[in-house]
Amino acid sequence: MSKIGLIIGREYFTRVKKKSFLVMTILVPLLMVGFYAGILAIAMKGGTDKQTIAVIDDAGLFKDSSAFEKSERFSFTLVQNETEESFVPKYKDQGYNSFLYIPKFSLDSPKGFILHSPSSASLTTTSRLENVINASVENQRMIAKGIDPETYKEISADVSVQNTLDTKEGSKKSVAGVAYGMSFACGMLIYLMMIIYGTQVMRGVTEEKTNRIAEVVVSSVKPFDLMMGKIIGIGAVGLTQFLIWALLIGIGQAFLPSVMSQNMEGVSATMASGLDALPLGKILVSFIFYFLAGYLMYASLFAAVGSVVSEDQQEAQQLMFPILMPIIIGFVIMVQAVNEPNSTMAVVGSIFPLTSPVVMMGRITYDIPLWQMLLSMTLLLVTFFFFTWVTAKIYRTGILMYGKKPTWKEMLKWGFRKS
Amino acid sequence: MNLLEISHLHKQFATQKAVNDMNFSIEKGSIFGLLGPNGAGKTTLLRMITGIFYPDSGEIMFEGRHFDALKDTANIGYMPEERGLYKKMKIGEQAVYLCRLKGMKKEEATRRVKEWFVKLEMQSWWDKKVEDLSKGMSQKLQFVTTVAHGPSLIILDEPFSGLDPVNANLIKDEIFNLAKNGSTIIFSTHRMEQVEEICDHIVLMNKGEKILDGTVGEIKNNFKENLFRLGASVLPEQLTTYIFEVIQHSPDELILKINEDSTPNEVLQYFINKNVRINSFQEIMPSLNEIFIKLVHGTSAARQFLNK
Repeated sequence: MSKIGLIIGREYFTRVKKKSFLVMTILVPLLMVGFYAGILAIAMKGGTDKQTIAVIDDAGLFKDSSAFEKSERFSFTLVQNETEESFVPKYKDQGYNSFLYIPKFSLDSPKGFILHSPSSASLTTTSRLENVINASVENQRMIAKGIDPETYKEISADVSVQNTLDTKEGSKKSVAGVAYGMSFACGMLIYLMMIIYGTQVMRGVTEEKTNRIAEVVVSSVKPFDLMMGKIIGIGAVGLTQFLIWALLIGIGQAFLPSVMSQNMEGVSATMASGLDALPLGKILVSFIFYFLAGYLMYASLFAAVGSVVSEDQQEAQQLMFPILMPIIIGFVIMVQAVNEPNSTMAVVGSIFPLTSPVVMMGRITYDIPLWQMLLSMTLLLVTFFFFTWVTAKIYRTGILMYGKKPTWKEMLKWGFRKS
Repeated sequence: MNLLEISHLHKQFATQKAVNDMNFSIEKGSIFGLLGPNGAGKTTLLRMITGIFYPDSGEIMFEGRHFDALKDTANIGYMPEERGLYKKMKIGEQAVYLCRLKGMKKEEATRRVKEWFVKLEMQSWWDKKVEDLSKGMSQKLQFVTTVAHGPSLIILDEPFSGLDPVNANLIKDEIFNLAKNGSTIIFSTHRMEQVEEICDHIVLMNKGEKILDGTVGEIKNNFKENLFRLGASVLPEQLTTYIFEVIQHSPDELILKINEDSTPNEVLQYFINKNVRINSFQEIMPSLNEIFIKLVHGTSAARQFLNK
């Protein structure tokens, strides 16, 4: 026991002491936050930019409609005494972003609207323009049918439904976006961690094999201890990283509100009430369980692959592929499960042990039947023990073999023979 | 007392017998040579002695008890042929780590490693990384990590490969010292000439089986062919006798094979009677290499014959 502790210690400290660990742990989240902040800033700035659009209005839509003037995104200018053909070469020089041509049309089937622009207009621009035109067409139709637009405005309604969860602790306001984001983030994190740390285990094992230190070490400790020591040590590095991130988020939450502007406060209040509605304890416990069990299960597979390959990176990639496959499939199912948590695929994916760590996270903010949860966890643990038992034997043979790469058949034979 | 006794040891891999019915014993404090060509099964045998492999059948007795891999590895130092170190780890830290894996306390391990570093003049290396060392230097470090925990059995697989003569001698002296201080050493190699000067007792392996067992002197005696080298100028007409046959004749040297019923004394008497001036007279002992090649060729030839 003390020996496996020594190995865990070495694996852990050589990684944590590296500068790249600090960089990865602190710089990467900062970069990501900066990245999203940048996107947000750009998106918000884009909102204040008004597009200037020249309009030739053969239908007279513009005259009796107030919709055009009310638009926030566009500033329309009505062009007189020009035809579509004659104005096309000119609008750019006169300083317009684009040029909208409204032909004469019948109210029954309005069509033939054309937007001229030097480069292709964005989807949002065209759909907003369509909204504007639709509103005025509807307006005209109302007048044609003898309905007063003002009366229509008075009778039209715009309600919103507030989702309230009835839990044992009382009613809570649920915010769909927050639950969605939480599920997705947890699944994504487990997905990334399994791949990143799994590959690290593989590389560590290959390093020991190609450095030829493996035989020196297994003459002192059991190969199983060396393998598990490495897997646990690297897993501990992952947990340390989580801890640091949790601390950073905590610090961020303490300081951010004072920095945030007034209108952002509303958003964070919604976020907070959304978070409050989630079963955070259950999420945290399941997250840690699925991360650990999923990581341990895949890490043993990665270790087995690492033990049979040599320096050749391509070899490693080939052998890694069948292991990465179920993780990636899990991710794909997870993305779907976030939207449809009770679809057959999501349920099966969250119980099947190779995909369950990632997929279950996609469903975690929803109410999952207890039997599914228990079945999923049991299967995952059983698979983990089974894989460890098989891969430990492949590993034992693999790390002492040099020369040619064994085939899958040979590896399976090692894995299932009696020791 | 025997430190290690091996009896009827078998190990079979999927298709071939790696070690077949191996028996030998090693006396405490001796230097034991395990010889054989590549693929003879030496490494497999050593891996069983170090507890890396389990034998299929047979028995290993270590210090008079049944060998228990988990407990006894603390008393064994193994330097495999395929050896290496963590490239990115500092040298001192690494040596201490490997000692602690053998079950030593940190302080004790540090003290021992420092002692060895002083002995082999590598004190200044402590904070260097392995990747900054030359091959010879890392070889020395490897030796230190093998012996620093004070094992009673030290197993060295091809210890001199990659070492220059100066460092090879340094290590050789340390091997002698360790043996003098009571450690037992197993020295495995396919380079026969290294064994002749170092080993007390050797076992020769081929294709998983033991084909020779004995002291270097005994073995050479068993395989000598009564060849002698006579340093003298002899005329051809002086060589008609039943005492010996001439194998090779050069102007100032004669290689002759003494017939079974005769003795070296009779040969000398013969030449003295002929009034030949003798400068030297010496028995030609076969080198282990020659014995080895003869035996190994014999077996493979025999096998080929049987297979037909």
